[in-house]
Amino acid sequence: MNMSMSMAEESFDRARAGELIAAKAGLDGALLPILHDLQKAFDHVPDAALPLIAEALNLSLADVRGVVSFYHDFKREPSGRHVLKICRAESCQAMGVEALVTHLAKAHQLTLGDTSKDGALTIEAVYCLGHCACSPAALFDNEPIGRLSPAMLDELVLQAGETSA
Amino acid sequence: MSIRIYVPRDSSALALGAEPVAKAIAQEAQARGLDVTILRNGTRGMVWLEPLVEVETPLGRVGYGPVTTRDVVGLFDAGFLQGADHALHQGIVDEIDWMRAQQRITFARTGVIDPLSIADYRAHGGFDALVKALTMPSTQIVDEVSASGLRGRGGAGFPTGIKWCTAAQVQAEQKYIVCNADEGDSGTFADRMLMEGDPFALIEGMIIAGLAIGATKGFIYIRSEYPHACHVIERALRLAQRAGYLGERIMGSAQSFSIEMRMGAGAYICGEETSLLESLEGKRGQVRAKPPLPAIAGLFGKPTIINNVLTLATVPWIITHGAAAYAHLGSGRSRGTQPFQIAGNVKRGGLMELPFGVSLREIIETYGSGTASGRPLRAVQVGGPLGAYFPAHLLETPLDYESMSAAGGLLGHGGIVLFDDSVDLARQARFAMEFCAIESCGKCTPCRIGSTRGVELIDKISANQEREGNVTVLKDLCETMTEASLCALGGLTPLPVMSALTHFPEDFAPPATAGLAAQ
Repeated sequence: MNMSMSMAEESFDRARAGELIAAKAGLDGALLPILHDLQKAFDHVPDAALPLIAEALNLSLADVRGVVSFYHDFKREPSGRHVLKICRAESCQAMGVEALVTHLAKAHQLTLGDTSKDGALTIEAVYCLGHCACSPAALFDNEPIGRLSPAMLDELVLQAGETSA
Repeated sequence: MSIRIYVPRDSSALALGAEPVAKAIAQEAQARGLDVTILRNGTRGMVWLEPLVEVETPLGRVGYGPVTTRDVVGLFDAGFLQGADHALHQGIVDEIDWMRAQQRITFARTGVIDPLSIADYRAHGGFDALVKALTMPSTQIVDEVSASGLRGRGGAGFPTGIKWCTAAQVQAEQKYIVCNADEGDSGTFADRMLMEGDPFALIEGMIIAGLAIGATKGFIYIRSEYPHACHVIERALRLAQRAGYLGERIMGSAQSFSIEMRMGAGAYICGEETSLLESLEGKRGQVRAKPPLPAIAGLFGKPTIINNVLTLATVPWIITHGAAAYAHLGSGRSRGTQPFQIAGNVKRGGLMELPFGVSLREIIETYGSGTASGRPLRAVQVGGPLGAYFPAHLLETPLDYESMSAAGGLLGHGGIVLFDDSVDLARQARFAMEFCAIESCGKCTPCRIGSTRGVELIDKISANQEREGNVTVLKDLCETMTEASLCALGGLTPLPVMSALTHFPEDFAPPATAGLAAQ
């Protein structure tokens, strides 16, 4: 974990971050749009970018940190090459999502919130994707999946291991 | 002449394989040298039939579903382009039993039109209301909305006309229209379906709201869990801008209105209106104390109307057809229609729009057709994670704001989640507290701390530790959360917890002492 942080720090592209911040700094309520753009560009919100944001928006560093930590979407370190978000809310519970979570742990040693050892796949829990009429639902690299089954999970894990993002 | 085929691009249809089906149909048509046009519509709401492919015939649109890529060659062989019979043939889509009894107002166009075609939108009555509203005095627009009886569809059911009237009466240089598209309740997907299937209806409703209160700027705040809805809305906004429905001098009038889309960042609490405003301002999504009401001091301290997607998307129909036509539908003080959504362990999941007052049982039996697992239905949660769990004997409850409240629950955003007899209601109650702990914004103590204490108490009760005493403490904690929380998250989490404990006490008791927990 620490290793990936320091690797991320080394590869931080300050100029790119600066451009992204400047592009949105003029918006009303610019902080979330900026954080989304950074998250998209770097696959996380680099710590080194926070002082740049604070300066551009005339905020304290603490304000910026507080916002980053409040929202589940803003990550402090990069995710795996693929991200599988599994819905764990009521409708998906009613269709057995907990059994799928157990299957991931038993068959693939993957738990919610973790990234596989080869860095191929991050599994996250989300609460509702709006596909409740075809539960259990998931998003694989932002593409929706309905009626998720253990066999489909096996295939996704395999697919993630074989391909780059 | 080219035959028109509709393959939905609604994200639930995509989740069930609509994209490869669309490609396979295009390839097969090309291989056979047939002239077809594939249009990508939203969903009709029959998610159980998705991907539902429709073919335009002289008799109407004929549906085939659920279609997989393996079915495509067979469909061509059977002559589906002429509406011929096939194992997946569903008949004329408008005449399918699911569709026939509905009264589609808010969802009249969803699934029917190409969501990103302004021409198609206009051909189905789109922007008629805006044309009319541009000739109306602003007070008359507010009066129409008030007289329609329309109430906030986000869940709270606050009368829309009162909100609008308040914001209209405040004098300010800048006012805002904010659309709350942070639909986070499990079992609800109506906002998503509307945004993906009929985005201009929402845009038109927001422009009319702007005319009504004198606002020139709007924001649509969509949750990040809805990447496809974000994409459709962004494209629709650009199209509307280019066609002169947004920007300076809309439709050649003296009025201006612009809309920006903003994406949430995975915080459930931002569906709460004041927290959403904080988030739009670029802050932590922490709830504000009210007063001041957002209608008086909302976004950036300016008068702001914040309404749910469905509320705003229903306004054009009301302006076009008149308040009386809308108010004519419904029951008691719940006027008009509600898009209900049935989900969870259900055989036929989807959305249906009906006048208020229909019973839970009717929706579950007529539309849902029972559980997906085929096991007996045991519990029904209505209104999302903050809604009550209903047992079988309460299924006659009419679905309207007042009746649901009288039955100890809430209608919320109209989501109905079915659970079969494998459900453990103690576990569901624990989850309600756990979810509240995960998603609490932390501003008020009953929610921030009460939710964690609630999880601990339910664990103790389930482990049979000082059962009676802990049940008493849990009830007391729920009362505190209900009465003293700043917003609905802490204030309503006790609903699923207490309804589970009241209606399903046996799940909280160890086998040997079943029944004690109800004391």
